[in-house]
Amino acid sequence: MYTEKVMDHFMNPRNMGELENASGVGTVGNAKCGDIMRIFLDIDENQVIQDVKFKTFGCGAAVATSSMATELIKGKTVEEALKMTNKAVCEALDGLPPVKVHCSLLAEEAVHAALWDYAKKNNLEFEGLKEPVADIHEHDHGEEEEE
Amino acid sequence: MDKLIYLDHAATTKVDPRVLQEMLPYFTENFGNPSAFYSIARDAKNVVEESREVIAKAINADPAEIYFTAGGTESDNWALISTAEAYASKGKHIITSTIEHHAILHTCKYLEKKGYEVTYVGVDEDGIIKLEELKAAIRPDTILISIMAANNEIGSLQPLKEIGELAKEHKVLFHTDAVQAFTQIPIDVKEMNIDMLSASGHKINGPKGIGILYMKKGIRAGAFIHGGAQERRKRAGTNNVPGIVGMGKAVEIAMAEYQERIAAKVALRDYLIEKMLKEIPYTKLNGHRELRLPNNTNFSFRFIEGEALLILLEQAGICGSSGSACTSGSLDPSHVLLAIGLPHEIAHGSLRLTLSEENTREEMDYVVEKLKTIVQRLREMSPLYEDFIKEQQ
Ligand SMILES: Cc1ncc(COP(=O)(O)O)c(C=O)c1O
Repeated sequence: MYTEKVMDHFMNPRNMGELENASGVGTVGNAKCGDIMRIFLDIDENQVIQDVKFKTFGCGAAVATSSMATELIKGKTVEEALKMTNKAVCEALDGLPPVKVHCSLLAEEAVHAALWDYAKKNNLEFEGLKEPVADIHEHDHGEEEEE
Repeated sequence: MDKLIYLDHAATTKVDPRVLQEMLPYFTENFGNPSAFYSIARDAKNVVEESREVIAKAINADPAEIYFTAGGTESDNWALISTAEAYASKGKHIITSTIEHHAILHTCKYLEKKGYEVTYVGVDEDGIIKLEELKAAIRPDTILISIMAANNEIGSLQPLKEIGELAKEHKVLFHTDAVQAFTQIPIDVKEMNIDMLSASGHKINGPKGIGILYMKKGIRAGAFIHGGAQERRKRAGTNNVPGIVGMGKAVEIAMAEYQERIAAKVALRDYLIEKMLKEIPYTKLNGHRELRLPNNTNFSFRFIEGEALLILLEQAGICGSSGSACTSGSLDPSHVLLAIGLPHEIAHGSLRLTLSEENTREEMDYVVEKLKTIVQRLREMSPLYEDFIKEQQ
């Protein structure tokens, strides 16, 4: 049910781990719904993301979308990273099954949460950056066939 | 190991070659319709009746009380809906449990929409029905108690005899979904006061799409599938002769080899459980340690999610199943794991491995070895594990 790209990012996740003294850390999702993502950012004085790491509790798609999101924002400026949408994550993975699209939303939200943390610590404001919502699970996973 | 290790026998099983052999002629030379009069049809009729006898004997029923259906799901639907309709003048209250298969639960939801009232009795932390709660739920307008013989996810065995006694005492009908339990635990419908019982072919090395409903003589429930006069006018439709022959043969083999099979499965199950709990930290066994199906194991590995686990297991050539939300297609993890009181995040990390007598200790060693690495790998990725370790320090 997953594309080769999704499987590759799940089997060989990029940028998995933690960053000590991160410039910003964001955690979104909740254990109740079965997925939590945490993003660590290392941002330099020119507001360029020098390094990024993630940790994820969740399904194959949750791991793959976090991994892809870190790839998409690494080396980018904060402004650029803010423009990364869940759609871009999906496309970069050659698509996700409909019931897993929420994972890409969670990845986008995790990046925003880490950026928010960075902005707050440095008293900065960015256009389009809002305080993250703790739980993005108002959506539905959709109906799937049962065994 | 380069071969596949199939550990999902609660989902379905491989047809036994002896069963297949027995079925084959009924697709070709003996293709006759058992309702017709010529000789190839007579032969078909005879084998249908032979199969009925074998199955009846396995649960100590009369052959005339066994009706062939298209599987466990149909039997469950039939038992609930036809009984509800037939006994509506007595009352419209049904009792079931929170851990039933969806074939029962969704049928109950359907009946609720039709004006019936359903009480869902809870289970304890081992997944065993609370008898006191069941007893307290019985009312003058209760017409049916439907409690599964054994749970399909966590294997917990239900106290059939005690439930049967309660039902009899209160003059309420007792149906049991024995799809998982049939030929895995002793079932005697007379001794246990069971009025109706559902079983299925494909869980016991028989073919898919065949099942039975046992309905005790005198129960007024009518037909569920309408049409021809087959199955004593209770279940219309040309008999699935190869399926019926196959299920009969599967039951015959299962009963003939009962002792050896059960002993082999129990020994392997206990070996796997002990090894898993010993070698993988923060692991819990779901379901009762002893009162469980001979072939069932179900574990929760804390801090990780089940679907990710299944993908990695598949890469290692191992087939299992999980009760995580991602594999159930809803936001919530398995209703059974929640019913035994597991918090959501622990329910998400569950793995069910169900065995057959053909599995080996060597395979169990391999599975635990692989799981050790897989679980560790996913934990290293998990923010929940990170937080847990930091709290420990
Ligand atoms: C307890 C239980 N009841 C009913 C069913 C449905 O049986 P069938 O697949 O024959 O329709 C199953 C199988 O998944 C089951 O495990």
